[in-house]
Formats: sequence, C-alpha cells, structure tokens
Amino acid sequence: MNDQNNNMTLLDAVERYIMGDMNPDERLHFENLRKADSEVDQMVVEHTLFLQKMNRFNQWQKFQLSLNEVHNDLSALGKIDATLPKGGKVLYLFNKYKKTAAIAASIAGITALMVNGIVGSVTPKAPKDQLEILRKNISTLAKKSQLQDKEINTLKQGNTAAITPEIPYTNSGTGFIIDGKGYLVTNYHVIKEAQNVAVQNTAGKEFLAKVVYANPATDIAILKINDPNFKTLPGTPYSFTKKATDLAEPIFTLGYPKDEELVYGQGYLSSKTGYNGDTLSCQIDVKAERGNSGSPVLNSNGEVIGILNAKQKDAEGVAFAIQTRNIFNALTDARKKDNIDSTIKNIKLSTKSSLSGMKSPQQVKKIEEYIYMVKVN
Amino acid sequence: MKDSTLEQEISLLKGLARNDKKSVEMIYGQNYNLVQALVVNNNGTIDDAKDIFQEAMMVLYDKARSGSFELNCQIRTYLYSVARRLWLKKLNQSNRHTADFDDTNETQIAVDGDVVEHEKKDAEFEMMHTAISTLGEPCKSLLEAFYFKNNSMQEIAEVFGYTNAENAKTQKYKCLMRLKKIFFSQYKKT
Repeated sequence: MNDQNNNMTLLDAVERYIMGDMNPDERLHFENLRKADSEVDQMVVEHTLFLQKMNRFNQWQKFQLSLNEVHNDLSALGKIDATLPKGGKVLYLFNKYKKTAAIAASIAGITALMVNGIVGSVTPKAPKDQLEILRKNISTLAKKSQLQDKEINTLKQGNTAAITPEIPYTNSGTGFIIDGKGYLVTNYHVIKEAQNVAVQNTAGKEFLAKVVYANPATDIAILKINDPNFKTLPGTPYSFTKKATDLAEPIFTLGYPKDEELVYGQGYLSSKTGYNGDTLSCQIDVKAERGNSGSPVLNSNGEVIGILNAKQKDAEGVAFAIQTRNIFNALTDARKKDNIDSTIKNIKLSTKSSLSGMKSPQQVKKIEEYIYMVKVN
Repeated sequence: MKDSTLEQEISLLKGLARNDKKSVEMIYGQNYNLVQALVVNNNGTIDDAKDIFQEAMMVLYDKARSGSFELNCQIRTYLYSVARRLWLKKLNQSNRHTADFDDTNETQIAVDGDVVEHEKKDAEFEMMHTAISTLGEPCKSLLEAFYFKNNSMQEIAEVFGYTNAENAKTQKYKCLMRLKKIFFSQYKKT
C-alpha cells in the first residue's frame, strides 16, 4: 500500500511537472531529482510521450466529430452532392421543402442566439462572485496636502476665480501612462458610471481627465488628461509586449491600494490563462488589494505584460491581469471610432524598454511618475 | 496562385488547425464533390467517398497543426492528391484495382511521404482508442474527464460520487496505470 502511495505521489509530481503546474521552487527541486535519479528521468520522458499520444488522440477525436457534423450539415443544405445517411424519400421531401426548411432553420438560429444571449447574461455572474474587482472606495478625499497643492497652484496662476469646486471622489483605482501626451490606461470597472474622472501622480498633483475609450468586455479604458496644468511627459520607460510571458517568470506591480502612496508588489506569473481558463487574462501570484485595479504588471525587463484587474476571493495571493495585447487591440479599436480625439491616432506603444538590466529600486524610480491614481465619482 | 487566394488559403489552414467550424465547412464544401466523383467513378460507393475524404482532411489537419506546412500548392490539389493516393491503396488492398483508373484531374503532387506518416499516426490512434475502450467504466470516463475535459479532482469526485478528491485521485492513478500498461504493450511491439 505504502509503495503504491509513493508511486502515486511520484507520478503526480511528474505529471504536474510536465503540465507546468509546479511553482518555481518545486520545479527546481524536481529538476535536481531528475538529474540525480535516472529512473525518475525515464519516467518523465515516458509519461511525456504518453500524454502527447493522449492529447493527439483527443484532438483527432474532436476533429473527426466535427467532420461528421460538417458532412451532415452540408449535405442537408445541399452544398455537397452526398446523400443524407438515410436518403430516399426523406431526402426528396427535404429538397422539395428546402425553402421552408431554410426559414425554419433561420428561426431556429435566432432562437439559438437568443438562448445563448440569455445564458450569456446569466452565467458570468457565477464565476464573478469568486472574483473581486480591486476598485476602492474613498471615504474622505479632502486631504490636507491636496488642498494645499491646489492653493499653491492657484496662487501660482494668480487667478483665484478659476478654482474648480471641490469634487468629492468616491472610488479609486490605478492607471498608467501609455503615451506622454497624457494618455493612460486603466480598467473599465474603475471608471464605470463615472461622471468625473481625475488622476493624481506620486507628487500629489491632481489633473482632470476624460474617458476616451471604454470596453466592458475586456475591462479596459483609456483616459486622456484634459488639464492645462499637465505637462507632456517623455516616452514611457517601460515597453509593451504582446508576447506571452513564461510561467514562473518574476513580475511586479505598482499601484495605489493605500491612500496616495505608491505600493510595490512582487510575484510571478502562475498561469497563462486567467480565471476558469479565460484567455484574455493571465494569473499572477502577487499581493493585490482594493485600489490596485489598473496597475501595470511588469516583468523584470520592464515590459508591461498586463493590467491587474481582479483577485480570487477564496485564495490569498491569486490575482488576475488582462494581457497586454488587449491594450494594442483597444487602440486599434479606438482609432476606428469616428468621433475619437484625433491625437489618439498618433499613439505608438513603446516596444523598447529602457529598464532592462536595472535593479528593482532603480526601475521603480523611473516608472513611478508614470503611475497615477485614478479617482472617480 | 494570386496573392489574395493565397492569403485566403492560409487563413483557411489556420482556421483548420484550430478546428474552427467555419473553416472546416469552407474546405469541406469546396472540395468534397471532386473527391466523391473520383471515388465513385472508380468502383467506390458514396460511403467510401466520405471515408476517404475525411481521412484526407485528417492528413491536412495534421499538416496545418504541425505549423511546418508550407503551402506550395492549393488546398484543393493537396486534398485531391492525398485522397487519390489513399483510394488507390484501398483498391489495391481489396484487389479491386482495374487498369483503367479514371482520373480526370491532372493537377497532382507527390504525397506518399505524408500518407505513410499519416498511417503511422492512424495506427497509434487506433491503439489509444482500443486501449481506452478496453479500460471499461468508470475508468474510461474518469480519465476522459481529467485529461480531455480538464475537470478538477474535486469536480470529478462530485460527478462520480467519490467521497473526496483524494479518493478520486487514487482511482485516477490506478486507471492511468492500467491504460499506460495496455497502450505501451501494443506500442512497444511496433
């Protein structure tokens, strides 16, 4: 019995190793074991082969099924000459009533779509309960420092009449610059239902911003700072990568879970897909708190690999990020819109990071002025 | 080939590799009749035609998935050539082959290597199929749920009625060991 338990544990480890389910420490440990023990090594090789064969079998089976389906569909529609499996009279009748059948089929199609729609509108709620978006409520915003800042600003301008009335912001998240002219990206859920949006940098300076693009499906929003006091920033020190990051690669985030104080978080990429295998996002192991929504997720070379947007409620340290390629898609999408601010057409996401090879504290120093707190009401 | 056709064909192949239904339908619809005519005109039935065409589609599917497939002819030419090769082989095996093989389509390419490779894979497929079928229930469904449907052990325990995930895991291990034994006893013979 004991022997079987041992074998089982070993095979389980081999399997998790092959499937990439091990954490970095475990993986290292296992690789050492593999090197030291040729039997374990052989087991890995053999099991990899076996899993490949099984996987292929599964793919083939699925493909064969779809071939049969397609064959039947096409012959029913008369697009290929083949007769239906049980031809004869039925086929004759079918051809005779093809038009009616086509109408009936299209009605069936509509119902199918509607059912899908209903299912679609109901199902996402269930998994979302397990997810917690990381937007934060702000109770009191009228912080002294801010007021002072504003006063100084107005004094500098010498124009006391221009004071905008204090807006009580109620929610906050994080956003980061994608273009020095004042474009930021954040989560859609951060700015959802917002009437006023403002962003605030690490120095505590606040700027008015407007939402120029919002996509609830990918949970991405693009903001533009719309404030005469904002000075254009030089190009971003970080770059944006469409490439998938490797499992276990170290990552870090910077955001505003605390009040007006930038917080650094460190972790690693734990899965290339997000909650329930969602392919728009990826899973990271990092401490995430409310207010972290919209934080950039960067790898050690200073490439943005995602935008932090949620964490799993029942598991500590499990968070999710929207993959960077969605930012590229959002820009392409935004450019197609007719009434879009024309300057958005000139945004080019940097693909060269100036941060690679630097130590973390240096990287953060370069990045921090590009990370903003997003405040909405 | 014109550039636009080439692009279209490449995107069809990419769709095929993903088992995207629209692409499969396109390729199927555009090429089935040609292959059926070939088979039916040469001693075959419509059912034979379906089998041969679908097998040719499998060869193309594998090619498209391997990623190393360079399209140096049209999909149509490729499918026709493979189907022709497969059907000739089948005729030869059943001694039905006649000298006057009626072949109106003259554009063909050499696909012998691909067909041989396909047969090897097909044999493995059959081996896996037999191995999984001989396992019996609930082993078969349990392994399928874990490896093909990616269900978690917790879910499997609930569906199959094991008292907890640990017990389900032990059963999965036993089933897997049996499956491997059956499969490899066949596989190592080849």
